[in-house]
Amino acid sequence: MRRIWSALAAVALVAAAAGCSGDEGGGGSGGGNVPGVTDTEILVGTHMPLTGPAAAGYSKIAPATKAYFDYVNANGGVHGRKITYKIMDDGYNPATTQQVVRELVLQDKVFAILNGLGTPTHTGVLDFLKTNRVPDVFVASGSRSWNQPDKYPGTFGFNVDYTVEGKILATHVKQTQAGKKVCFLGQDDDFGRDSLAGIEKILGPVAAKQSYVTSNPNVGPQMGALKQAGCQVVMLATVPGFTALSLGTAAKIGFKAQFVVTQVGADLGTLSKQLGAAAPLTEGLISANYLPLSTDDANPWIQLYKKVNAAHNGNAEFDNNIVYGMSVGYLFVQSLQAAGKDLTREGLISTIEKGGFQGPGLAPLRFSADNHSGYGGEQLSKVEGGKQAYFGTPFETDDGDAPVAAYTTAPAAPPANGIPAAS
Amino acid sequence: MSVTLAPKVDAGPRQAKQPGQRRHLLWTVAAAVLILVLSYLLPPFRNYQLATVGAYLCVTAGLTVLTGLNGQLSLGHGALMAAGAYTVALVQEKLAGRGQWTLLVAVLAAIVVATAAGAVVGLAAARLRGPYLAGLTLAVAVLVPAIASTFDKTFNSDQGLSVYVDPPPVALGAAFPYERWQAWLAWIGALLTVLLLATLVSGRFGRALRAVRDDEAAARLAGVNVARTQVLAFVVSAACAGLGGALFAVLAQSVSPGAFPLSLSLFLVMAIVIGGLGSLAGAIWGAVLLVALPALAHSVTDSIDVSPAVAQRLEGNLPLALFGITLIVVMLAAPGGIASLRPRRRKA
Repeated sequence: MRRIWSALAAVALVAAAAGCSGDEGGGGSGGGNVPGVTDTEILVGTHMPLTGPAAAGYSKIAPATKAYFDYVNANGGVHGRKITYKIMDDGYNPATTQQVVRELVLQDKVFAILNGLGTPTHTGVLDFLKTNRVPDVFVASGSRSWNQPDKYPGTFGFNVDYTVEGKILATHVKQTQAGKKVCFLGQDDDFGRDSLAGIEKILGPVAAKQSYVTSNPNVGPQMGALKQAGCQVVMLATVPGFTALSLGTAAKIGFKAQFVVTQVGADLGTLSKQLGAAAPLTEGLISANYLPLSTDDANPWIQLYKKVNAAHNGNAEFDNNIVYGMSVGYLFVQSLQAAGKDLTREGLISTIEKGGFQGPGLAPLRFSADNHSGYGGEQLSKVEGGKQAYFGTPFETDDGDAPVAAYTTAPAAPPANGIPAAS
Repeated sequence: MSVTLAPKVDAGPRQAKQPGQRRHLLWTVAAAVLILVLSYLLPPFRNYQLATVGAYLCVTAGLTVLTGLNGQLSLGHGALMAAGAYTVALVQEKLAGRGQWTLLVAVLAAIVVATAAGAVVGLAAARLRGPYLAGLTLAVAVLVPAIASTFDKTFNSDQGLSVYVDPPPVALGAAFPYERWQAWLAWIGALLTVLLLATLVSGRFGRALRAVRDDEAAARLAGVNVARTQVLAFVVSAACAGLGGALFAVLAQSVSPGAFPLSLSLFLVMAIVIGGLGSLAGAIWGAVLLVALPALAHSVTDSIDVSPAVAQRLEGNLPLALFGITLIVVMLAAPGGIASLRPRRRKA
């Protein structure tokens, strides 16, 4: 037992030493008493799948956001403060997300968590962020959980929620593929369930539905079942890796169908890379999005983002993930500008609730005191001749029974210097 | 002939029963005071890490009794932890909001469920030796995600369940840090586990464990029921794993299959080997390493300035590499593990 005691004592010493050094590291909040904010710096953190089953494509988002912040910092920052963006890898594993978010909040003392990615991952930290009163803004997922202002007053979404998206995609299917057998494959969590809810609101019960888990990279049985059921249209609520896997598996078993894919799983650049020589399988793929597409060189936002990408992101291969990451960065800078010089956590939240943000989006941002969901609509896109392009007009709707209607307001043009003005 | 996994060096005679037990109790009280003081000195994140060490300690202490003292290798303790963790999640959900006592009920239920699971595995394990035993327990570890996605109505697949945990009792004050409360909870479990195990293995049961490990035939001749001892060892160790898993669920406020991967089970075995197989002090070292090494790896990747792509690759793999290097170094320098290192001179 004496050795147990000496081991414990040694542990105590180590812990105390670590505790002291941790104090020095985390206590740098300067004069103000807002965590993560000093006169010269705003510290913001995020959790992202830089490795693991969802890393394909998504790992490029946070570096793009950081690049946009670096661009803003190089131009004087926000109210004289530079934004530091701390990116933590959670491998799309909810258990790891718990760890890294605690580290960001308790040890690094970040001002806010920005754009934490993933439905299953981020769902697990909602309560923790709430009890610590950390603003949890622009979550990188379309789950409806982010839109619960009463329960989680500090949490705001960014993506079009999966139910809204499901309704828009299903409306297109209903109009153009009438009478066809429509089936569904989705992730076995709120992502898949919300998406299916939207689809079934429009189409009624689907002919067959299957699900997958990211920890098991095989959709052979699922695609086999869909083929067996005679599906002609397959709607996918999948992350990019599993979209590619589904397309490849279907081709392998000789299953031909029209694939209609959620925005989060349909970036052509990511899919082509995953499929390699089989990239032509993406031909005809229908999806939707609410941000300018990376291939649209005429769009002023794309021109801005390409400039930032070249100057601050090592000229990374430009795809929709980068467009997404920079749009998140733009919206966050917009919110900080609007929140003013005296930045507080409560101030940021009430500023976002005031809403009225104009940016690159094709659909409206709906933030208000009783609506914390992100974009409220999407425009359909199709892959033709190896290029993903929009067609038709943007649509908007809600996650309830509102009809899917055209949204005609044109998107705003970016400011001349690419940085939102203080208001 | 069975594969013996533990060093045979420290199977010496133990002290007489009565004074031994009292001494265990005294040490435990002293340790409790130490943890209490620490929990007031440390900042919140360190308190959370301290709590995690406590939760790991429950598991490593149980595992070292099984592997170190009884010579049975288990690669499936992660799954037994998952059994405990999911039980807590389900019970807490049913009883949410009725007060602090529900946590005690949930944790006890977790121990019961893990013990039952351990008994089933243990019954099979008692008939198997060496690599076959490792294979069986490995299969148990691999089962967790499959069970969670097959019964996704109950276990919610990869997304897992959130665990309802009451805030610290109001009596402790409104501003009482949540992380300190977590550290207390975890270490109550850990210290009770160590106390019970220390008492258990210093007596007749401990002798039987070691006898079975060293030579089954001789143990049988001496009147020890080999199969029963082996099953009991597995059950005791499973109960500890269940408690550890339950505490993890409470700390993370969520459970998901990703929290109990195969690598966790392997890390647990590595940790007790590095710490010192068969000694509870080694289990403490192992628990500390399980928390400290990944944190160390993370701060290393943070501090060195490399390209994002390299940092990304290091991030996932550096803890593994560090663990491997530590294992090699410790095995070369001190084959008995860290706990076998004694200072030359007594210090105050």
